[in-house]
Amino acid sequence: MRIGTPKEIFLGENRVAMTPDSAMQLQKLGYECLIEKGAGEHARFSDKDYKAVGVKVVANASSLFKESDIIAKVRPPEDAEVKRLKEGQTLISFFYPAQNIELMKAANKKGAHVIAMDMVPRISRAQKMDALSSMANIAGYRSVMEAGNNFGRFFTGQITAAGKVPPAKVLIVGAGVAGLAAIGAATSLGAMVYAFDVRPEVAEQIESMGAEFVYLDFDEEQTDGADTGGYAAPSSPEFREKQLAKFRELAPEMDIVITTALIPGRDAPKLWLEDMVNLQKPGSVVVDLAAERGGNCDLTIMDQKIVSENGVTIIGYTDFPSRMAAQSSTLYSTNIRHMLTDLTPNKDGKLKHDMKDDVIRGATATHKGKITFPPPPPKIAAIAAKAPSAPLPTAEEIQTKEAALMKKSGAQQTGLLVFGGLLMLLIGAYAPASFMQHFIVFVLSCFIGFQVIWNVSHSLHTPLMAITNAISGIIILGALLQIGNNGFIITILASISVLIAMINIVGGFMVTRRMLQMFQKS
Amino acid sequence: MSIGIVTAAYIAASVLFILALGGLSNQEKAKRAVWYGIVGMGLAVLATVFGPGIGGWSLFLLVPLLGVGAFIGMVVAKRVEMTEMPQLVAALHSFVGLAAVFIGLNSDIIGTSGLVGAEIAIHEVEVFLGVFIGAITFTGSIIAYGKLAGKLDGKALILPFRHVLNAGAIVLSIILLLMYMNHAGSWTLYLMLLIAFALGAHLVAAIGGADMPVVVSMLNSYSGWAAAATGFLLGNDLLIVTGALVGSSGAILSYIMCKAMNRSFISVILGGFGGTKGPTMEIDGEMIATDFNSVATQLLEADSVVIIPGYGMAVAQAQQSVSELTRRLRDKGKIVRFAIHPVAGRLPGHMNVLLAEAKVPYDIVLEMDEINDDFPQTDIVIVIGSNDIVNPAAQEDPNSPIAGMPVLECWKAKSVIVSKRGQGTGYSGIENPLFFKENTRMLYGDAKASLDQILQLIN
Repeated sequence: MRIGTPKEIFLGENRVAMTPDSAMQLQKLGYECLIEKGAGEHARFSDKDYKAVGVKVVANASSLFKESDIIAKVRPPEDAEVKRLKEGQTLISFFYPAQNIELMKAANKKGAHVIAMDMVPRISRAQKMDALSSMANIAGYRSVMEAGNNFGRFFTGQITAAGKVPPAKVLIVGAGVAGLAAIGAATSLGAMVYAFDVRPEVAEQIESMGAEFVYLDFDEEQTDGADTGGYAAPSSPEFREKQLAKFRELAPEMDIVITTALIPGRDAPKLWLEDMVNLQKPGSVVVDLAAERGGNCDLTIMDQKIVSENGVTIIGYTDFPSRMAAQSSTLYSTNIRHMLTDLTPNKDGKLKHDMKDDVIRGATATHKGKITFPPPPPKIAAIAAKAPSAPLPTAEEIQTKEAALMKKSGAQQTGLLVFGGLLMLLIGAYAPASFMQHFIVFVLSCFIGFQVIWNVSHSLHTPLMAITNAISGIIILGALLQIGNNGFIITILASISVLIAMINIVGGFMVTRRMLQMFQKS
Repeated sequence: MSIGIVTAAYIAASVLFILALGGLSNQEKAKRAVWYGIVGMGLAVLATVFGPGIGGWSLFLLVPLLGVGAFIGMVVAKRVEMTEMPQLVAALHSFVGLAAVFIGLNSDIIGTSGLVGAEIAIHEVEVFLGVFIGAITFTGSIIAYGKLAGKLDGKALILPFRHVLNAGAIVLSIILLLMYMNHAGSWTLYLMLLIAFALGAHLVAAIGGADMPVVVSMLNSYSGWAAAATGFLLGNDLLIVTGALVGSSGAILSYIMCKAMNRSFISVILGGFGGTKGPTMEIDGEMIATDFNSVATQLLEADSVVIIPGYGMAVAQAQQSVSELTRRLRDKGKIVRFAIHPVAGRLPGHMNVLLAEAKVPYDIVLEMDEINDDFPQTDIVIVIGSNDIVNPAAQEDPNSPIAGMPVLECWKAKSVIVSKRGQGTGYSGIENPLFFKENTRMLYGDAKASLDQILQLIN
């Protein structure tokens, strides 16, 4: 089958859905690749590069659509493109079916199967085709670059002969993929980075990227991202108030604010209000990655860079990935390639649209003349739900528990002592006095042994064993005492005993010494 | 020398022995502690040799005996490799056991002259007990030696009705004791000796290789009790004191070991693993192999490394290479630490001794409890020849034979490299899900050879 990639006709879109590299991989799957003339130009892939790997360059879009069985592109199709779709053709692109219902209906009418790259479920298996994540990653990085471009100072603090430069302070609101990428870029430039997210479980991720998590002192049960497939959910008004108060407190200090807060299927929440912008220092920069959905900042104007009255630059671009077209095309085309790998299980260049596959089913918007959006929820949860932690016992509970334990062990000890005492009495009643004297010594020694050994450090257990082994050679005394006795057999047995006990003593002590000499402190 | 002076020497020796054991609470004091032990032993032997009860002519016999014994002991102690330590300790225990048997037999030959009434009965019980414990220690230690030295199969020998056999042996011994006390003759003693020999051998043979640390410390305890029993027999307080010290210390060590494995002491002594409650968890995933180059690169990129040594390191004699690797990584400013499981190796504290031999500083060698919380912040964990002590099944699979045993949670680290000879299971014969985890890479081959290859890449 043939895969064709047209030139993006959306104004200012520089990306392309197929690169020479991905074309090579697609050919290995058995597909034939086509590309419209000049489609890769803005992403720095020339027609020559494509030809070199065996891609057929087609002069215009209409013939490309005619010749291809599968269309892979970046942006959702424009009306003109939908008209070109034909029966049985598969379209793979960003589609946003929830927002583009009319478009979806139109494509369905044409009999095309639409696979929406933005609908790939967020499960581990599908990560390799998660184009939203790869684009968000680029957007996060680029947002820091744009901010730096409009920010008149260093990111990193420096002390130079010409004076001291304080480090830039960066606040990232929303720690999704874009937010985390922004944190990574900003910290590696040397800025002091703070980050906020409504999902408390991402604190760890934020800290792992080197930023400081901005904690809110808030008691209400916060939403666990696991319920919503890893996305944020709207927060309560009280929580929002707390959050805004915290931002207001941070605003005067922050040189760069990057907002990335989005809630699926809703307008972007307003989080950076006009009064916060007014609190910021002149020269500060706000980059609003949510501009396409209305923006997180009150003042954001989509696709524009504006300067507020107090000199704060507010960037509302929506085309960050397109601004790094070479990089984003590489990643996006790889996502497409992985999607096609899953669609071509036999590697024979034949598309197998398996609607039983969770990932493919999830991404499919129209199939065989039917609108299949929205998909059923995936069978596998994206993120394991957090196990509810047992309430921590209060100090009082711990105390009563400890007291009960003490009481129990006390009772046990008393029981043992009583039992031991009775046993002693029994032995004492029958045994002669001389035995009892030895017995006292024996029992006391056992106790001393117990007390002493508990303190031996774990790493010295082998030397302990060796030294107790050497000391148990004390049995030599018994043999020594018997050797003086008359009697041939006795002397022989006693002599052997002396000999082997001596081996034990000397060997044991020397080995212990050897071992201990090895222990050294660094 | 008068009895008074001898007793004084004995008291001094007892105190010195207690100090010697107590001194092992830390490494610095431990070196002094050994000297306490040596001086105490010297005092005790000299006081006995020159004390009353030893005829003039026997000195001529004693001097060469002591000399030869000391010489053999020295040679053995000098020549033994640190990795052979468990065998040596086991072999030495057998000597104590045998000596106890001989002394008991001698006492029987000497007879009960000069004793009256209950003293005779007590004396006979003492003879019997001394021989019994001594015999068990002797054969038990020999079997343990054979298993540790690889001369015998390390697997647990499970005879049918083994508990019945053991109980039968004990009951029979008690009957023989009663007959002996009723003057049935010395043959009862010798028959019991044979039974005890068999019992000792069977007890240890039934215990699997993985439980050997417990066995060794248990035999240590037995040898102490044998000495104490001999002390009662001869009415010698120093023997009683020392025997009791050694006996109780061995018992506590065994207890600590069992706790570390989450096993009941009884079940270890009776041998074999307890029955499992159901099918064990299926493991999915595959073992992914890695090579020296990528391991070396990973190590160079890591900031913090934790090394978990096990018996395999001892077998491969890899401790010097491990030490060298540690030194080079530390020179590069990386944090390198060792995590030691309480039952790693075949002897309590086995790994510590090997690492100490290779001059790994002991302050970077940490215990399980000290390091378990640090794994999530660790870049790389290198598992060298350990298996069961890093088995996540202990925590994840309630049906695993080792369920509930505390383990080193190395799988929480960012990546784990397992150096292992082949794909087989560990001593306990349990599949290890760690090897199948996504962040685990297997480095197959002899641990020493592998490490030496890696060392060449890290300069």
